[in-house]
Amino acid sequence: MKFIYTLIPLCPLFAAIAAGLFGKRLGRVMSHRVTIGGVAMSFLLSLIAFQQVVLSGNTFNESIYTWMVSGGIRFEVGFLVDRLTVLMMLVVTFVSLMVHIYTIGYMHDDDGYQRFFSYISLFTFSMLMLVMSNNFMQLFFGWEAVGTVSYLLIGFWYKRDTAIFANMKAFLVNRVGDFGFILGIAAVVMYTGSLDYEEVFVKAQPLIGQTMSIMGGFEWSVLTVICICLFIGAMGKSAQMPLHVWLPDSMEGPTPISALIHAATMVTAGIFMVARMSPLFELSETALSFILVIGALTAFLMGLIGIVQHDIKRVVAYSTLSQLGYMTVALGASAYSAAIFHLMTHAFFKALLFLAAGSVIIALHHEQDMRKMGGLRKYLPITYWTSLIGSLALIGFPGLSGFFSKDLIIEAVHESTLPGATLAYWAVLAGVFVTAFYSFRMFFLVFHGKSRMDEHTEEHCHEPPNVVTWPLIALAVPSVIIGFMTMGPIVFGQYFEGVIFVDDSHNVIERVREHTTGAMSMLSHVPGSKAFYLAMAGVFFAWFFYLVKPEWPAKIQSKLGFLHRILDKKYGFDEFNQTVFAAGSVGIGAGLWRFGDQGVIDGAVVNGSAQGIGKLAGLARLSQSGYLFHYAFAMIIGLLVMMSIFLFI
Amino acid sequence: MLLSLLIWLPIVAGVVILALGDARARHIALGVSVLTFVFSLPLFFGFDTTISQMQFTEHAAWLPSFDINYTLGVDGISMPLILLTTFINVIVVISAWVVITDRVAVYLGAFQIMTGLMVGVFAALDAILFYIFFEATLIPMFLIIGIWGGPNRVYATIKFFLYTFLGSVFMLVALIYMYRVGSSFAVLDLHILKLNQKEQLLIFLAFLIAFAVKIPMWPVHTWLPDAHVEAPTAGSAVLAAIMLKMGGYGFLRFSLPITPDASNRLDGLMIFLSLVAVVYIGFVALAQRDMKKLIAYSSISHMGFVTLGIFIAFMLIGAGDQSHVALGIEGAMVQMISHGFISAAMFLCVGVMYDRVHSREIADYGGVVNTMPIFAAFMVFFALANAGLPGTSGFVGEFMVIIASFKANFWFAFLAATTLILGAAYTLWMVKRVIFGEVTNANVANLTDIDRREFIMLALLAFFVLLLGVWPNLVVHVMHASVENLVQHISVSKY
Repeated sequence: MKFIYTLIPLCPLFAAIAAGLFGKRLGRVMSHRVTIGGVAMSFLLSLIAFQQVVLSGNTFNESIYTWMVSGGIRFEVGFLVDRLTVLMMLVVTFVSLMVHIYTIGYMHDDDGYQRFFSYISLFTFSMLMLVMSNNFMQLFFGWEAVGTVSYLLIGFWYKRDTAIFANMKAFLVNRVGDFGFILGIAAVVMYTGSLDYEEVFVKAQPLIGQTMSIMGGFEWSVLTVICICLFIGAMGKSAQMPLHVWLPDSMEGPTPISALIHAATMVTAGIFMVARMSPLFELSETALSFILVIGALTAFLMGLIGIVQHDIKRVVAYSTLSQLGYMTVALGASAYSAAIFHLMTHAFFKALLFLAAGSVIIALHHEQDMRKMGGLRKYLPITYWTSLIGSLALIGFPGLSGFFSKDLIIEAVHESTLPGATLAYWAVLAGVFVTAFYSFRMFFLVFHGKSRMDEHTEEHCHEPPNVVTWPLIALAVPSVIIGFMTMGPIVFGQYFEGVIFVDDSHNVIERVREHTTGAMSMLSHVPGSKAFYLAMAGVFFAWFFYLVKPEWPAKIQSKLGFLHRILDKKYGFDEFNQTVFAAGSVGIGAGLWRFGDQGVIDGAVVNGSAQGIGKLAGLARLSQSGYLFHYAFAMIIGLLVMMSIFLFI
Repeated sequence: MLLSLLIWLPIVAGVVILALGDARARHIALGVSVLTFVFSLPLFFGFDTTISQMQFTEHAAWLPSFDINYTLGVDGISMPLILLTTFINVIVVISAWVVITDRVAVYLGAFQIMTGLMVGVFAALDAILFYIFFEATLIPMFLIIGIWGGPNRVYATIKFFLYTFLGSVFMLVALIYMYRVGSSFAVLDLHILKLNQKEQLLIFLAFLIAFAVKIPMWPVHTWLPDAHVEAPTAGSAVLAAIMLKMGGYGFLRFSLPITPDASNRLDGLMIFLSLVAVVYIGFVALAQRDMKKLIAYSSISHMGFVTLGIFIAFMLIGAGDQSHVALGIEGAMVQMISHGFISAAMFLCVGVMYDRVHSREIADYGGVVNTMPIFAAFMVFFALANAGLPGTSGFVGEFMVIIASFKANFWFAFLAATTLILGAAYTLWMVKRVIFGEVTNANVANLTDIDRREFIMLALLAFFVLLLGVWPNLVVHVMHASVENLVQHISVSKY
């Protein structure tokens, strides 16, 4: 099996190398065949892995090679393929495969066709390395590698100023998260002496109660420090406040990667990581509370911004932020299985929504402003119906996949007793209304009502080719059924037994199980569910404001100008970062350079003493010719003279 | 004889190149540099990684009346640096192939001679021999900057020369003092020389001045940006890739083993200076407008990791954590080697653009990717490596040192880890302004992409950057025995 597991990430890597280095020679068709073949291979092999791990029960945990040994610590590259990994592998390779196929249509006219395929295959490799890792070092490798490919892809259209600004911003904000992450890893190594998951989890148990002093006498629990540091990494990658600022801007990249990287896979790496580390996080309630609050704030506040966006992709982006907040809340409430469950359903329906948005964008010749859309239903039937499925899944319409995962999170948070759980509960509940409202605001603005397109666009508006619509359909299927089918085993069954560890004192899923036992019983609770009515209310208001009384939103906006401005400015995070951190750092740098380096060190000390010596040397200069080899010669004579003085006197 | 060959082959060849003149200089230089590199490979493949003793040793009486011997030998600390030196020499010749038209024989001859001298620095086991090589490397570099340098080269060369020369004079005094105490210049004898506290402190400071200037540490770093800016491309590459490492090597070969107690006593100061280098210089790099200056400052910041990794050792020993001490020192070593490849590559990238546009100002570029896509791919790759991306060699040393420093103190790791943000910020911001965007001016519009020569040069470097990033054990495992031995040695007080 080692061979097969090794092939899973290597197939897309080799494909990426082929398309990247030899893309010109291979040509367009060959390049996409190679990369699609690579990812398809990974997907098929992941199915074998599923069969091995889930059906036959053979968890794999072995190292592939020794990266380095230093200071008694082994740094290895190795794979841990258990039930959590297999689930992620299937999600990653399936969505990636769909996105690869979709790209044939979406990037058809782009000069960077081969380069794009190379990047997304490279991304698939990196993401697989991340999820399949059995140690912290490789996790960090995958973590940074996906970030780098994301950097390359956001800036794919490198001529656009906004794109190259957005990709640098994304990389740097992620680096702030990684800063915490690497400190967390260093702490893990310090206290357990190992990087290997299994060993670390065993050695973490005795750390309970151990403290370290960081600042002036105040003692921190070691595990809290480790967990919060690691979670800061997750905040960067999974775009939690206040490190969320890069994700909306990342929409500058081509739409297929928004679906793959900035919705389905990379941004969920943080969620995956915390779930993977559940044996650590369970040992620190402080860290869990912290996670809960951060997630709740993100889930609610980012959803609100989605309401005022006009760019179709940005609405979906803020929706992604909000949904990532839901997953984070679930992690904080110790409902790891619910978080992973939502991660999976979200991967399907959010990838679907992004790809559908992309389908609209190509149909309208790269128009992204919803104010110039409307009435597209009749031009784009497949996109219309698949978008409807995606939107209903997103708002948690009973029976669709999002319903199960989101309601479960709400139920789980309701049961949590950690500090911050009440806030989180109301935040995620209110978030349901917000989600339904912005989703259907978008849906109605794009597909219903009167057309606001110009004539030329309307004339040429038609459903994109099959390579674009088939992936939509292929993603719509799991968006409908996957929740109903898998909820029982994944959340209430034994799927994650031995993989995810939950302390009995905050096992909220166990408490949910007391009144809900599976998909059917969840459906039977719908009539009494607050979330259901909130979602329906959201759809109703969206329908009312944007189809029945389309002139009202503008009026409300002018009445509530203050509130609108806050949302429109996205709570001012960008301005703050730009003026304080970005400009501030450059200012500090310039100040230190001018004052420290040039003023004090060079100005006063170096050149000052040089001038002093220069005067003295004026005398000596008389005897010298100016030829360099004379200097050199003089030096050696000088050396000998000095030595003789020291040795013989 | 192998080490002597590696020293004298390039030196003699350098003289021959000077004598034969410009006509055949390029081909001879290329042949010699490749040959030197090939001859240096047995050092790696024939190296016994299980022992910490010096290997490939040679001994001859040189100036018996002064007790100065011609003693050579390598261990796991010096051997990788010699390979780095001979490899970079090949790159240097390739980089100069068509670019240097003025007095090419002198140029290439100087580099060959310098290579031999630098190998000598890393191979010398006699303190005076080391000193002579250490000083002598200045002469060819002085010539290279002085003749082929930029408009402000006189100031830069004088500053460079005085700074480094002043620094090493104190070292000579210290060496002579130790000779008077122990009657030997042999480095290994100095390691076991009994020295009291006061002696150690003074000797440590004398060495510190020499090596701190060389590596360079804050606040004696200001010669480096000036020297880099004025130096021709290959000069910058060698300066950054090899000459700075003499400082780091000096700490490991001289300061630590000869004066362990003083090193232990002053480790707080050294760590402080290292962290200032990482943070302060990181900010300063952010404000640079000249690409070479930016990379020069980035070098200083990266060298902060070297000194941090070295001196963190004493804190770990003090905490009774013998087993992990090697992590910091080996991290420092890996950082030096990795930086050799990456900084050389970065300077060569700037050189590639400078050869076409004759400007190093960031503001004179923009949108280079449009006209030089292959070059842009290399530049982005090296920039990411410079920012410490895992999978490239730039990550390995930083990762090791950050982990090791966390063991010493949370705040050391905290400050060191800021390089993740600062390093990425200054490097990628430069890339954004230089490489990406629309073509900004006619110069950029007329650029032609790299030719085969430049491609080979950058591809070779990229290969090693990746190789060490994916499999660092390749170099780390040769260091173990020597580093463990060093750790044992410095754990025991000399008095």
